[in-house]
Amino acid sequence: MLRQANRILTAAVLCAALSLLGVTQAQAADKQQFRIAWSIYVGWMPWGYAKDSGIVDKWADKYDIGIDVVQINDYIESINQYTAGAFDGCTMTNMDALTIPAAGGVDSTALIVGDFSDGNDAILLKDREKLTQIKGLPVNLVELSVSHYLLARGLASVGLSERDIQVVNTSDADIVGAYQSPDVQAVVTWNPQKNEILKQPDTYNVFDSADIPGEIIDLLVVNTETLKANPALGKALTGAWYETMAIMAEDSERGRAARAAMARAAGTDAVGYQAQLETTRMFYEPAAAAAFARAPKLGETMDYVRGFSFEHGLLGEGAPSPDVIGIALADGRVLGDAGNLKLRFDAAYMQMAADGEL
Amino acid sequence: MRRLINRKPGRAAALGLGLLPFVLVVIAYLFGSHTRLQDNPADKLLPPPAVMVDAIERLALEPSKRSGQRLLWADTAASLQRLGLGVGLSAVLGLVFGVAIGVVPHIRATLGHFLVVLSMIPPLAVLPILFIVFGLGELSKVVLIVIGVAPFIMRDLAARVAELPRELMIKGQTLGASTWQIITRVVLPQLWPRLIHSVRLMLGPAWLFLIAAEAIAATDGLGYRIFLVRRYLAMDVILPYVAWITLLAFLFDWLLQKWARRAFPWAEPAP
Repeated sequence: MLRQANRILTAAVLCAALSLLGVTQAQAADKQQFRIAWSIYVGWMPWGYAKDSGIVDKWADKYDIGIDVVQINDYIESINQYTAGAFDGCTMTNMDALTIPAAGGVDSTALIVGDFSDGNDAILLKDREKLTQIKGLPVNLVELSVSHYLLARGLASVGLSERDIQVVNTSDADIVGAYQSPDVQAVVTWNPQKNEILKQPDTYNVFDSADIPGEIIDLLVVNTETLKANPALGKALTGAWYETMAIMAEDSERGRAARAAMARAAGTDAVGYQAQLETTRMFYEPAAAAAFARAPKLGETMDYVRGFSFEHGLLGEGAPSPDVIGIALADGRVLGDAGNLKLRFDAAYMQMAADGEL
Repeated sequence: MRRLINRKPGRAAALGLGLLPFVLVVIAYLFGSHTRLQDNPADKLLPPPAVMVDAIERLALEPSKRSGQRLLWADTAASLQRLGLGVGLSAVLGLVFGVAIGVVPHIRATLGHFLVVLSMIPPLAVLPILFIVFGLGELSKVVLIVIGVAPFIMRDLAARVAELPRELMIKGQTLGASTWQIITRVVLPQLWPRLIHSVRLMLGPAWLFLIAAEAIAATDGLGYRIFLVRRYLAMDVILPYVAWITLLAFLFDWLLQKWARRAFPWAEPAP
């Protein structure tokens, strides 16, 4: 009897949840509570510190709003949750911002350019020292991720294409274990897995994101409608971020403590975290981040990224060309369909931080 | 007696009641999908049926641009091959070890406790070890299914052997049967329907391990496709794939049940 009651209850909850899914789409207008999702990655650890140290709350109070910063264990799941409307903002790379929320019709704005990968992502070969030797090998990587993009760029740089290799989709959580297997001769992955695999004997880093600087960019993306209706959210998040950046960059007791806290949260120690930071170009200064966002180079990068995404069907299988999704760049130019702008780079808030106007 | 437990629905009512939950789920889905699509016509989370039909047509009928295969069939063939090998091997191992442990006391004393411990190891927890020992290819996927499924079939069959009436064994021996003859003439004929039943029960876990293996490292398969397109929230592909997997699983279960009923009617409970 009790079990049956339980079952009926479960079924009712399931039905209710399914229909609620439709209604929970963040109501952009007059709301004062905001939710931001982030996941563990060297360049995003400051969000965890900013939350724990009260910096986020301080800035939220200043603009009279509430901001809940939530850590999600699975990176893709955090973006999917954001795209589904469960969060107002989320940390993600430029490529995932285009292929998940923007391609899913959620108009998104890159509010903060946090860093770009400067060696954090790499192609690693076993017993082979040159990238050209990758020809004919199976390559283990998370398919359709920035690793896949890096591989495509690397192969193109030595005149090879994806036809010359065989891509094996491998979970990022299992890639270090997979590398121990003699079947695996080549992997493409990111940190901390990359540094872990490089510790193995006879493993060579043959191509990494330092060879394509500034193309794999880590962003804080927020829902454009929400941001337009609530500029206070943009101001509070940007203010909190650059206060955290300033502390993180300090060579003081406070700076060291902050970096140590981030290292612990990332599951490594100060040395390991420092090693990851060295291959990450953090923008500690808002002016530098704003300048990077406005530079013409970003347009070139996004053009590569949308070309890659289109070729791999990431913009939707029915997409007729890479132009279906409009990308507004911070320098005012538009890539693709200006009538369907879904991804916007906006340097305005970073500029406010640089000008001390927050 | 007019009690709830004695009131039975008629044929038509039973059919209607059986369909009701399915209809409710479909309605809830359509309602949710419609609401979300009004807010955002490009919403990917709950795609409308037409979009899913398009996705199925594309995957099932059109050759893929990259490999030239019809992806749904290629994925299904790859997955069914792994599942078939894994479950088949598990059934053979289950039968051999189940009978040996059930019949021969020395083997039972040697392997009985070991098997209990072995079956308690969560297979997904030893994945890194499987990678190193069996590589990342087809073998490790089949082995994952076997490790997850075989010990339970062995234990189940050993227990079924132990349940056989002791009198049968004694009768066989008084008629001069050897151990081998007891196995082939007394034990095995009674074990076949139980083996089918055991395999039926383990099909669910077998699918689970198959999809887990394909999610971790693969180049094709139903689980591979689902975890790949999850990268860009292509629910228009994921939902039909889930429905397809469910249909296949249901079909196998039904076929095994039919087979058991037809081949071993004596083992079915009296109607």
